[in-house]
Amino acid sequence: MEIKLNVQSESKSAPTDSRLNSNNNALEIRDLNFYYGSYHALKNINFNVMDKRVTAFIGPSGCGKSTLLRTLNRMYDLYPHQVAKGEINFHGENILNPKQDLNLLRSRIGMVFQKPTPFPMSIYDNIAFGVRLYENLSKPQMDERVEWALTKAAIWTETKDKLNQSGLSLSGGQQQRLCIARVIANKPDILLLDEPTSALDPISTGKIEELIHELKNDYTIAIVTHNMQQAARCSDFTAYMYLGELIEFGQTDEIFVKPQRKETEDYITGRFG
Amino acid sequence: MSDALSIKKSILAKRKSINGIALTLCMLAMIIGMFFLLWILSVLFIKGFSSISWAMFTASTPAPGTAGGGLQNAIIGSLLMVGSCTLVSTPIGLMAGIYLSEYGDKSRIASITRFVTDIMLSAPSIVIGLFVYALVVAQAQHFSGWAGSMALTLIAIPVVVRTTENMLRLVPGSLREAGYALGAPKWKVSLMIVLRAAKSGVMTGVLLALARVSGETAPLLFTALSNQFYSVNMNAPLANLPVVIFQFAMSPYDNWVGLAWGGALLITLGVLSLNILARVFLREKNKG
Repeated sequence: MEIKLNVQSESKSAPTDSRLNSNNNALEIRDLNFYYGSYHALKNINFNVMDKRVTAFIGPSGCGKSTLLRTLNRMYDLYPHQVAKGEINFHGENILNPKQDLNLLRSRIGMVFQKPTPFPMSIYDNIAFGVRLYENLSKPQMDERVEWALTKAAIWTETKDKLNQSGLSLSGGQQQRLCIARVIANKPDILLLDEPTSALDPISTGKIEELIHELKNDYTIAIVTHNMQQAARCSDFTAYMYLGELIEFGQTDEIFVKPQRKETEDYITGRFG
Repeated sequence: MSDALSIKKSILAKRKSINGIALTLCMLAMIIGMFFLLWILSVLFIKGFSSISWAMFTASTPAPGTAGGGLQNAIIGSLLMVGSCTLVSTPIGLMAGIYLSEYGDKSRIASITRFVTDIMLSAPSIVIGLFVYALVVAQAQHFSGWAGSMALTLIAIPVVVRTTENMLRLVPGSLREAGYALGAPKWKVSLMIVLRAAKSGVMTGVLLALARVSGETAPLLFTALSNQFYSVNMNAPLANLPVVIFQFAMSPYDNWVGLAWGGALLITLGVLSLNILARVFLREKNKG
């Protein structure tokens, strides 16, 4: 595949954050187009995902926010007839390059899904499964890693006495934190969260949001949410999408307080969507 | 009483009578089914139990005209053939099922495999027996336990393939995606996540296949035949419960007929316990 460099294309509305220079970008997305067969789902997307910050994707149903997230770890590659064109630069390499090793990529860019997906194995093995794929740890090292990941995901105290029980025995909110712990255990650079709280009750949602706040010290996070308050609460940057286009991208404070575009304002104030 | 209400009441009365008729017919059908099933089972238990004795498990099938005897050789022969059939058909069936569900999906080779498997599922077992007869027995010039086991394997494989595929398909795609999202290669996702999530369902399929083959008679008539003596040589004709039942039930000797009843009861109890075991596995699965 030929890679077209397009230097001029920058974010539609350049964020004013001084930290936003190319060194601090975890991902640089350039002229990204996505197709489900003949359906053009993402149209010329350009923006950067900042390192160690939370970027939220908002927009009405079907606007392409989940699709965008699924291009970032090439999850779409599992399905035929789904094609992404353009560039997504990660550590200076275009991950859309067909030569990209997908398993390695996905171990570095982790993903958490809408519904909790604990594997049918013990809580311990749920965490160890991903680690064993890429690291050869001794038993004590693995124990340490499991404890570390569960602690990071704020679920260690609830699970430390039942590590041998099935992951399915946990409640929905706990399962979701287990899934986050599982991804963290792989020590990825980036966490992709696809509506991680939409299947959870408000208390579990609060816990996950706190967790996102904690995790952004160490990880770059991209989160898809249909809950605007959630985007406002936990993100540093917000991308508003509509019908496959990136309408506006900028610092969350600015997007929510004084959006540049009329469409964004209409969506945020609830006049639309 | 208003007109509207009386119309409603007449409609309701009609509906109730239709309901009564339908319910009666359903009960009648159920009673007919249960009646014959219970009849068969009760005759089997009454006649079978009286001939079950310790000698049945320790003595071989008796020669014509001699008293006593047992079914030891037939029981061992059946266990050998069904056991080796399980050892071969389980891995083949599992792998084919995994291929159909996880790899082949809608490809041409997968749909052909699925079609052939469905035909094999409904193929009369006597045809499969004749096939193995022509392929193995006629070539080797003698009947053998291996040939019998092969015929049983051909019957069991499609059952395992289809249940495995169906059970794997019930595993939600989100679980697969979660595996891939951690960077797991496809074979690990298939074996360590999907198969594990479906394991109780898959086990049920294997047990049901076993239950199916353990009562097959026709394919064994053409392949293993039978053997009057104790033998564990799979390369020679091998005694087995279904064929012994078939031969003894039609014989003029009372002790033979008694042994046939005992053998029939044994097979029935074996199949019954396999079915119960399968249900236990499935219940585990539904518990989550």
